[in-house]
Amino acid sequence: MNTPFNFHLTKFSNEAEILRSEVREFLIDALKDVPKETRAETWYGADENFSRKVGKKGWIGLNWPKEFGGAGRSSMERYVILEEMLTAGAPVGAHWISDRQSGPLIIRYGTEKHQKELLPGILKGESYFCIGMSEPDSGSDLAAIRTKAEKNNNIYVVNGTKLWTSGAHRCQYMIALFRTSQEDDRHAGFSQFIVDLSLPGVTIRPIIDLAGRHHFNEVIFEDVEVPADMLIGEEGNGWNQVTAELALERSGPERYLSSYILLQELVNEFSKRNDGEGVTEIGRQMAHLTTLRQMSVSVAGMLDEGANPALEASVVKDLGAVFEQELPNIAHRLMGLEPDSNGSDFQRYLAILTQISPSFSLRGGTREILRGIIARGLGLR
Amino acid sequence: MLNETSQLLSDTVEKIFSDHVTKKCIINSEKGEWPKSLWTEVVDNGLNLVLVPEELGGVGGTWFDAGILFKAIGKYQAPIPLAENIVAGYLLSLGGISLPEKSIVTILGGELTLKDNKISGISKRTPFGSSATHAVAIINDKSSPKVILTTIPQDSLSDDKNLALESRSSIEFFDHAVMNYSDIIFTSEYIFKIGALMRSCQIAGGLESLLVQSVRYANERVQFGRPIAKFQAIQQQLAVLATHVAASGVAADYAAMSMDDGCEDLAIASAKSRVDDAVSICASIAHQVHGAIGFTYEHGLHFSTRRLWSWRAEYGSGSFWAKSLGEKAVASGSKNFWSSITSGKL
Repeated sequence: MNTPFNFHLTKFSNEAEILRSEVREFLIDALKDVPKETRAETWYGADENFSRKVGKKGWIGLNWPKEFGGAGRSSMERYVILEEMLTAGAPVGAHWISDRQSGPLIIRYGTEKHQKELLPGILKGESYFCIGMSEPDSGSDLAAIRTKAEKNNNIYVVNGTKLWTSGAHRCQYMIALFRTSQEDDRHAGFSQFIVDLSLPGVTIRPIIDLAGRHHFNEVIFEDVEVPADMLIGEEGNGWNQVTAELALERSGPERYLSSYILLQELVNEFSKRNDGEGVTEIGRQMAHLTTLRQMSVSVAGMLDEGANPALEASVVKDLGAVFEQELPNIAHRLMGLEPDSNGSDFQRYLAILTQISPSFSLRGGTREILRGIIARGLGLR
Repeated sequence: MLNETSQLLSDTVEKIFSDHVTKKCIINSEKGEWPKSLWTEVVDNGLNLVLVPEELGGVGGTWFDAGILFKAIGKYQAPIPLAENIVAGYLLSLGGISLPEKSIVTILGGELTLKDNKISGISKRTPFGSSATHAVAIINDKSSPKVILTTIPQDSLSDDKNLALESRSSIEFFDHAVMNYSDIIFTSEYIFKIGALMRSCQIAGGLESLLVQSVRYANERVQFGRPIAKFQAIQQQLAVLATHVAASGVAADYAAMSMDDGCEDLAIASAKSRVDDAVSICASIAHQVHGAIGFTYEHGLHFSTRRLWSWRAEYGSGSFWAKSLGEKAVASGSKNFWSSITSGKL
């Protein structure tokens, strides 16, 4: 018997490395006025001006086919843009979801009308999407969602509530999973819709997180009339469409780089002192970072080859979350400084990352769900 | 995907080891018996020559290919110095020297000196010293480092064992005439680094076997009326084990590939540090899942775990290599930190 996962190492092309230099050059100027806290938030931080600049460079939809307005380049090249932006602390949050999964979903399942109307805005960095999956009674158990879309001639009437919707308050659209019929198979009867959030009957309420930030929302649908042609993909095929989307959501560099800035700051702090124990710990974390990056890049390579690395993506996300959650604790242990939003740069980074780190193993699939997927891959269930 | 040579090597080593590295073979080796038929198969198939160039009669493979064999040694717990012979063949080939016919070669460590074609010094914990016919070393000579090939003075060898009861001998050389030597560009630290690569790959393979054995056992062992694999507590533990096995495999592959690219310092140090962390976690989970039976000599899980516990300390522990990484990172400063990760150069 062999192990069920398959991580083939993949190297970046010369073109990708040239692109890397271009991105680094661009970020020096584009980030000069971005505050420290925003940098520490990486893809939680949103700045529409920044997103438009990225769109103008042609760096949104980089790996989409040219016929859809993309640059037709590889997932590996897109990966370079992502990792450079995340490690530099670029506020990519506004366009992040549309670039990563909404656009690709529209390309894969959307009608020509969807593609013509929606893709150009995404590519320009002006049109933002959020993900409507979780609900009050449906967290890890996604099949428990209850929000209903009932067909009535040319419209679907939607009633229900989506919860933990990141960034809904600054998005024009939600790609939402609704129940369109009740079936015996609990994974059947779901459909995905593109919902214009300005429709009457949609209410977006902020949910303030433990750090006092407004990032999550509750999105309430009361007799919202969604045009029938905004159903995306096949009616009843929502579960399969969502599962495919999750592979894109789980393996990217955002799954292990969230606390990167702390490691870089530790390098800075320990270059000023003589402390063997601290330096060893920094090296140990570098080893984890180096390895995670090779694993995550390998998944990007598999996506380029058209493979379905769902299991490998779960492995990367689980290990990545452990790594990024451990860094604030390591930074605390080595530095012994109080996390302080009004303190030194280091203390400010520590303040934000210590507080948001619990979300790293919740968002995009909890640790327990991911490990369940891995256990299934091992043939244990 | 693997290329043709790599695939052929992988298939060959899997076939040889699954046929020959039986439990009996490992137990007999632990009692001091040399696994002759296994070694003959390995040599007849040229696996020991993977890094020797074709013009010197070798396979002309890559470090990535060698990594496949190193991992297989760990995966099957093959009780032979194949890794050491592969590396010895490579080092000698750098000096244009061929491996002697029918030799079993080990690699020397420690402070050795060369004077008038004779070496002196002590090589401690020499792997498989008790079975070896020859040894290879790099001497940091004043004029130029030299790779040397020597016989082993059996009368000044005192054998010891590691936890896995593999021979780790102390060999004292006193004005011992060498068979051959040649100038090379690398100093003896190069052996230490390659040793870390070799053991990292072997550990990655050994961890794979922990996963395979633990999954098999969890599916077979019935408690409370069902296989323990059906309990979420066990599933979650084995999933954690699997993630570290996957990471170790990637860390080892990256190190081997970086050797081929000639830019291996960061990757090898990372690999040894990463797999060392994995050993602590994985050995603990594998033994926990196996329960008391895994703690017996009879069962054989320990053929893997005892090797892992020994190998992780050889050629620099994880902490040793982590410290070397950290020192280089702080010396080059936080501004260069990310680009050192992306370029693999420190």
